[in-house]
Amino acid sequence: MRHQTTLWSGAALAAVCANPAFAQEAVSLDEKVNQTFAAFTGPFVSLIFAPFPGTSFPWIVMWLVVAATVFTLYFGFVQFRFFKHAIQLVKGDYSDPHDAGEVSHFQALATALSGTVGLGNIAGVAVAVGIGGPGATFWMILAGLLGMASKFTECTLGVKYRNEYPDGTVSGGPMYYISKGFGELGLPGGKFLAVLFSVFCILGALGGGNMFQANQAHAQITGIVGEYPGWITGIIFAGVVFAVIVGGIKSIANVTEKVVPFMGLLYVGAALIILLINYDKIGWAFGQIFAGAFTGLGVAGGMVGALIQGFKRAAFSNEAGVGSAAIAHSAVRTKEPITEGFVSLLEPLIDTVVICTMTALVITISQQMVIDPATGNYVLNEAGTGIATVNDTSGVALTSAAFAAGLSWFPYVLAVAVILFAFSTMISWSYYGLKAWTYLFGEGQTSELVFKVIFCVFIVIGAAASLGPVIDFSDAAIFSMAVVNIFALYFLMKLVKAELHSYASRLQSGEIRKFSD
Amino acid sequence: MPTKLLIGLDGEGSGERALHHAKRLAKLIGDCEIVVAYVIEWSPFTFQTAEENAKRHQRREEELNLAHSRVVDPAVTQLVDEGYTASGVVRHGDVAETLNKIAVEAGAEQIVVGRSSEGGFTQRLFGSSTGNLVMHASMPVTVVG
Repeated sequence: MRHQTTLWSGAALAAVCANPAFAQEAVSLDEKVNQTFAAFTGPFVSLIFAPFPGTSFPWIVMWLVVAATVFTLYFGFVQFRFFKHAIQLVKGDYSDPHDAGEVSHFQALATALSGTVGLGNIAGVAVAVGIGGPGATFWMILAGLLGMASKFTECTLGVKYRNEYPDGTVSGGPMYYISKGFGELGLPGGKFLAVLFSVFCILGALGGGNMFQANQAHAQITGIVGEYPGWITGIIFAGVVFAVIVGGIKSIANVTEKVVPFMGLLYVGAALIILLINYDKIGWAFGQIFAGAFTGLGVAGGMVGALIQGFKRAAFSNEAGVGSAAIAHSAVRTKEPITEGFVSLLEPLIDTVVICTMTALVITISQQMVIDPATGNYVLNEAGTGIATVNDTSGVALTSAAFAAGLSWFPYVLAVAVILFAFSTMISWSYYGLKAWTYLFGEGQTSELVFKVIFCVFIVIGAAASLGPVIDFSDAAIFSMAVVNIFALYFLMKLVKAELHSYASRLQSGEIRKFSD
Repeated sequence: MPTKLLIGLDGEGSGERALHHAKRLAKLIGDCEIVVAYVIEWSPFTFQTAEENAKRHQRREEELNLAHSRVVDPAVTQLVDEGYTASGVVRHGDVAETLNKIAVEAGAEQIVVGRSSEGGFTQRLFGSSTGNLVMHASMPVTVVG
């Protein structure tokens, strides 16, 4: 598969090189896409990332962290108190054997994870560390731990207020729990917020769930075969995604769903090997992470710069508070919605606290980022926007270079992993986007087809545009979902608390027991 | 209280042979009830897409209906028509583990299964459901060749 892709890309590259006029035209097409895209999305991006007056701190980052902290305190550190119980639920200890054949806790978690584990963990972390320095990792871990409570809140509601149709299929997610939950509490505006969320969810699906993935997959391929126009990668990706989501060719999606978890394990395994080889530097790397977290070690924006990057990329990677996971988790079979909330809190832990930290450690240890020997601080690049790197790399290319410093063959494996992760994330987000779309426009073949075609067109745009505007739009779109979702969660969290009290007391009294005894 | 026999069907020829043998046993025993079971291979630890999950409940119902209408119900009807006491069960799960579980729940004296005819590479490597059942069952198992 990889070999074929490389060959194809190589052939495309040769064709482009042989025809300079074509190359010129292609490059200018990429640029044109880039300029038009940046012009259209600029105002939206500026609004979402507007800083607090007189500071450089974006209000949206504060919004996410405050929410995660509020949920953590409100539910009395649920992520730690029920951690063991979450593991037992995933193992199936509390699953009724008569429900065999239904969606298990493990399956719901694995599906949600395959939507979140991906480029955010590989490329996103490189962006965070490349701009905010190793210190960003500290804030990323903290955001991951707090984010577990946000995920718990939204996924409990996702299951509690999902729609179950007569034919046995289910649809869930923030649009459903916002409208139903507000109705139950007698609050006005539920429907309006649900519609607003759906609009942002469609943008998020097209941005972070699609364009960012296509863009970074293209970056990874060009890193191996050399430069060629992005729209070529875009069209290939769009073709395959189209075949799956429109053509209904399930086999491609099925193979991906089975290969992706192994790629994830391979990625973590490779990171562990590099850390083991460099075990003497792990202490130093953690030193850099802690020192950088509070001093910034010379990065642009200092400590606040590291903090913003860490929080931003954690939220982008694990999507806690965004509401997307609530769509994925809502299909589970359980009589107790809160059990899926417990299971879902493992998601930010695996995604951010484990996998993202691995990437950050490998990048830090590889010393791809230039340090001034005199001061021990990081050296900024010429533009002053990030840390200077050995080969002037950023994003996924920086991760690739960092892994290559330890395992020279790894970029090839990483390229395959990135392509597969990108693909599986696109498939997941095409579903999230579709659910929001059908919430707005109703279910029906024509309506669904329109969304799916738009989705595929954005893959081409994403691969052709440059990283800057794509990442800005992707972040802005995903975070705009969090604006609506978290606002609603503040009103709905008391419903979750009632569930938590009831479940905890029944668990303690022995009314809820293990089935596997 | 009749003696209970559990027959594991696989929808193929080997299941038929098991059924045939069970009838002979039932005749010899006299007061005997035959429980016909079919297990749909399923694991809670697989990876699925969000769309598959959303439709899973519907698919499960379809799978259960299909297994009943194609395999279990015809066998039960045939048994009843021939004068035996019989009932049918369809479940999802690991074939060996679930057959044993159904047999224990039903209070069966013995499990009768057919020897699967095809023996591919994976079966040699990981063992067949019949092999696993023989090794882990909590009661006597008769494998009909």
